[in-house]
Amino acid sequence: MKGVLARRRIVDVASKILMGLATAVGVFFLFWILWTTLRFGIAGMHWDLFTKDTPPPGTDGFGLRNAFVGSLSLLMVSVLIGVPIGLMGGTWLAEYGFHSRTANAVRFINDIMLSAPSIEIGLFAYAILVAPMGHFSAIAGSVALAVLMIPIIVRTTDEMLGLVGGDMREAAIALGAPNWIVITKVTWKAARAGILTGVLIGLARITGETAPLLFTALNNQFFSTNLFRPIANIPVVIFQFALSPYANWQQMAWAAAFITVLFVLVLSLVARWFLGKVQVPK
Amino acid sequence: MLNVPAAPIQSEDAAEGGGADRTAVKIAARNLNFYYGRFHAIKNVNVEIRENRITAFIGPSGCGKSTLLRIFNRMYDLYPHQRAEGEVILDGENILASKSIAQLRAKVGMVFQKPTPFPMSIYENIAFGIRLYEKLRRSEMDDRVQHALTRAGLWDEVKDKLSQSGLGLSGGQQQRLCIARALAVGPEVLLLDEPCSALDPVSTAKIEELMFQLKATCTVAIVTHNMQQAARASDYTAFLLDGTLIEYSETSKLFTTPSDPRTEAYITGRFG
Repeated sequence: MKGVLARRRIVDVASKILMGLATAVGVFFLFWILWTTLRFGIAGMHWDLFTKDTPPPGTDGFGLRNAFVGSLSLLMVSVLIGVPIGLMGGTWLAEYGFHSRTANAVRFINDIMLSAPSIEIGLFAYAILVAPMGHFSAIAGSVALAVLMIPIIVRTTDEMLGLVGGDMREAAIALGAPNWIVITKVTWKAARAGILTGVLIGLARITGETAPLLFTALNNQFFSTNLFRPIANIPVVIFQFALSPYANWQQMAWAAAFITVLFVLVLSLVARWFLGKVQVPK
Repeated sequence: MLNVPAAPIQSEDAAEGGGADRTAVKIAARNLNFYYGRFHAIKNVNVEIRENRITAFIGPSGCGKSTLLRIFNRMYDLYPHQRAEGEVILDGENILASKSIAQLRAKVGMVFQKPTPFPMSIYENIAFGIRLYEKLRRSEMDDRVQHALTRAGLWDEVKDKLSQSGLGLSGGQQQRLCIARALAVGPEVLLLDEPCSALDPVSTAKIEELMFQLKATCTVAIVTHNMQQAARASDYTAFLLDGTLIEYSETSKLFTTPSDPRTEAYITGRFG
């Protein structure tokens, strides 16, 4: 007996050491990335970033206003396209499809889409929007980003609605409510914290996506809010500026990267806060 | 032996003459069979639920009492593999064949075992049901909400916090909120599926008192695991075993001189 106990203790301690090491390695690289971004990015932080547009190559300017505005526009339109589709899809799965063969097939395909290479989605948006339209546009970029966002929202909506539990639904049905009222006025309300978390996670994902935008929204040197033309955006600007030989461009790329990381961090914290409000049935 | 009053205080008719009952029949189940897929859960049940009386359904776990209750408001419609055969006559109409389910559920309300307030304010919880059927001005709605909460014995406790979430109430209050919510729609029949099993004795007593008051305007059917509750609170009791109705009579008679030996075995605690 003593031999068994001693061996177990050794395995226990060894496992704890290994797990600690693994965590340390992961956390180390995470902090290294954050530290590097902070170190180089903070040097480029200046009010001009938000008030001036991107300077032409070789000049001394400093500004990212068109890129920030462009990225925000892209995100907003993506949300307008992606959230209703994702919400409806997730609702269908949880409230009508349940575990039927069709619903399970949809879930399977959705999971594949979750890890679809974003460059592929970009090419898809190119084929269906950019080529027929004859030019790049912000709307094509938003569509590509929405396609990336939808599987996340479908998945989280499906799971959060599933958490609501049959009791509340039955109580609403027993009052004589038709299914659509039960869903919109009771189930959605009950799951709202979780659904919102899904939207925020989706937003966090598409914030930094560059590849799809290369074929769709492209980039724009100038300030523009025209959704049917190329639009400036942060990820592609970082791509362009980081690879350039100009010092001011490189500095702006770091600053943009730093702000992106901050944005995603804030989104994730807000998402976690909302997730804490999700009520799990006892 | 159970401590059962010789003649139940509630039912005067029973004292007048046990056999022939003068009260009308509100719901009559005839040759009722129910299936969960292939499982035959309710076997040829014939039972008459009397108007303005409290009818209790008792029996061991899995005997089908909740299943039976849920037939009366067609809750099984939600689930594709559940079906009912036979007849259940409510006010002259067979509800199993009825097309207007919403109307049925407005007439026949249900309160469940676990209190489930909706994620809205107390006021909105009550207004939800009313809004399904009527469009009322704010002042009228206020009156209806107050009326429902008063009938459920909850008005005094919540009148100052109607805009607060229903989830902030205690278990007993939440259940009374659910009862008020069901009453707001003005049902003629109220089905209670083990409403007190999750509650403390004080809340349970309040709800039993409530049932007694509701009897005047409503027909009440209650499923309960608690035999003493059935003995205390009901006028008629039906004993089910394995989906079959073994005995159905006035509560006092069933608990003091049951006709069937299985009933006697159950109420004396020899099984269950």
